[in-house]
Amino acid sequence: MANQTNQRAEVAVPPRAGMFQPAATGIREVKRFTRRKPLGAIGGLLVLVLVIVALMAPVLAPYGARELPDRHEGGSTVYIPPNSQFLLGTDHVGRDVLSRLIYGARISLYVGLGSVLIGITASFIIGVALAYAGGIIDMAAQRVVDALMALPGLIIALAIVAVLGSSLNNVILAIVIGMIAPVIRTVRSQVLSLKELDYVTAATAIGAPPWRIVFRHIIPNCFAIYLVLATYYLGFAIIIEASLSFLGVGAPPDQPSWGGMLTRAAQEHVLTAPWVGIFPGVAIFAVVMGFNILGDALRDVLDPRLRGR
Amino acid sequence: MYAYIARRGLLFIPTILLTTILVFGLFWIVPGDAAMMILTGEEGDGGKVTEEDIKRVQKELGLDRPVYIQYGDWLWKILQGDFGDSVWYGTPILDDLKDRFFITLELAMLAIVLAFIAAVPLGVLSAVKQDSFLDHISRLLALVGIALPTFWLGILVIYGLTYFAGWLPPLGYATLWGDPFTNLQQLIFPALVLAFHDMAFTARVARSAMLEVMREDYMRTARSKGLNEWMVVGRHALKNALLPVITVSGYQFGRLLGGTIIIESVFVIPGVGRYLIDAIIHRDFVVVQGVVLLAAAVVLLLNLVVDILYGILDPRIRYS
Repeated sequence: MANQTNQRAEVAVPPRAGMFQPAATGIREVKRFTRRKPLGAIGGLLVLVLVIVALMAPVLAPYGARELPDRHEGGSTVYIPPNSQFLLGTDHVGRDVLSRLIYGARISLYVGLGSVLIGITASFIIGVALAYAGGIIDMAAQRVVDALMALPGLIIALAIVAVLGSSLNNVILAIVIGMIAPVIRTVRSQVLSLKELDYVTAATAIGAPPWRIVFRHIIPNCFAIYLVLATYYLGFAIIIEASLSFLGVGAPPDQPSWGGMLTRAAQEHVLTAPWVGIFPGVAIFAVVMGFNILGDALRDVLDPRLRGR
Repeated sequence: MYAYIARRGLLFIPTILLTTILVFGLFWIVPGDAAMMILTGEEGDGGKVTEEDIKRVQKELGLDRPVYIQYGDWLWKILQGDFGDSVWYGTPILDDLKDRFFITLELAMLAIVLAFIAAVPLGVLSAVKQDSFLDHISRLLALVGIALPTFWLGILVIYGLTYFAGWLPPLGYATLWGDPFTNLQQLIFPALVLAFHDMAFTARVARSAMLEVMREDYMRTARSKGLNEWMVVGRHALKNALLPVITVSGYQFGRLLGGTIIIESVFVIPGVGRYLIDAIIHRDFVVVQGVVLLAAAVVLLLNLVVDILYGILDPRIRYS
């Protein structure tokens, strides 16, 4: 049903050639996007919820992330099933799962944004530089990228965290190194194809210096791909962080990382306390799904050449 | 043909050399260095380690030599099959890895095969009936497969098995040759979990490859000859669309290897993953270094094989 409306809208509103829109028409743009890409809008909504929850964690969470709350009825608070006091139950120490989930949103967002801002931006600079440098530098760098590509993202991340020790910032660094090679590759090939376009040739012909072409013509036209890559890799970063923390080498154990919350669930209490193993996973899944479908929709809207692929 | 293989093979050498440099470099910049670790391990408390002790152990390990000599020495030993000894266990790494490696490889292969079997029909149907209900369902399934963390899906499978079937795969590990039935019982669920994730990617690629091929002129020709639709799809489209799918499956192997490491932790399978995680927790860098290098080598080698196969199957590649 949703997809039918989607298609009709696509027919009625042909994609525009320009990728830049003035920000003033913000709300109208959002409405339009929602009409054309309902699934993408749901993704955007999930992302928005994540951001709000992360920002307002102290207001929203009933207890602290490390707090051991008293039970209203008294007695031990370890592994209490979901009830009116602890909406999502408590964990093996007696901490409120809901509160930890809410604070965990901060970790996911911090690691996701941190690694994507650093990783995608750095890859962009390197990718553009390589495409322009060409020759032996480009060749050599391409081989380094090939070598980096051979190291699976998660395994690199594991090795780096092993070397540097587990802290959130090291996790960010590990994710950055894990994502940089494929992104450089994508950006480089995008810039190479942009360089061949007529308007770039025209700019060169009227004597525009290379830096002007890069900043006025190439980079603005990479904006769409930047946004799309950033959205996808936010999901990737959140999954890698969760995986590392799940394996016990990511966020330090007292931090309420969603992945870390699942470590115990996998090891024990499968039947006695399933809530501990279910809710953090739902959170990871929802957020990553949100970023991915938003990324898909953004790609379709911003880059008509890739529509539906 | 031979020229193509030679060219592709020559490209492999600098790449693998660079990979060894990256892996070596990563562990060379370790802040807490190996000598310190061995000493604290020996004497049980770090407080009593003196400057001289560190110097002595560094000399024993050859850490006082220039870095390029250390690298050369390390590489030479690896070429001879000596990955060094584990600092934690004190045993040669390659001995520890041998059995575990085959477990991980078997798991990964099983997952790839399962993913391929599910993904190709899904992708093809999705492309043939583009924008149908089926297409939307299969695309949604692909999105779900990418977004579901494998370890969580693993936990859910364990929950499901214990809750609904009251059964769990037998712990430990039975070899494929010794006890194939138990072996399959142990590996099939983790393999299915991995395959679901892998399938998501492969189905996407299969779909877009099919869409690409369906637009080709020879498809119109085949239809205008009066061939029935399934003949056209099966004989003309699928054959050409399968190539990129196989390539991507090959390139996916690295990602799959990462997933295997996590899923081994969930299902308590004594493969390379568990070994690697233990090594990281014990800060046993020699092991981590060895495993990372081995994983990279396997991925590179597989990519080489895929590229060569691709060249054999598709002559256009050879001459480009």
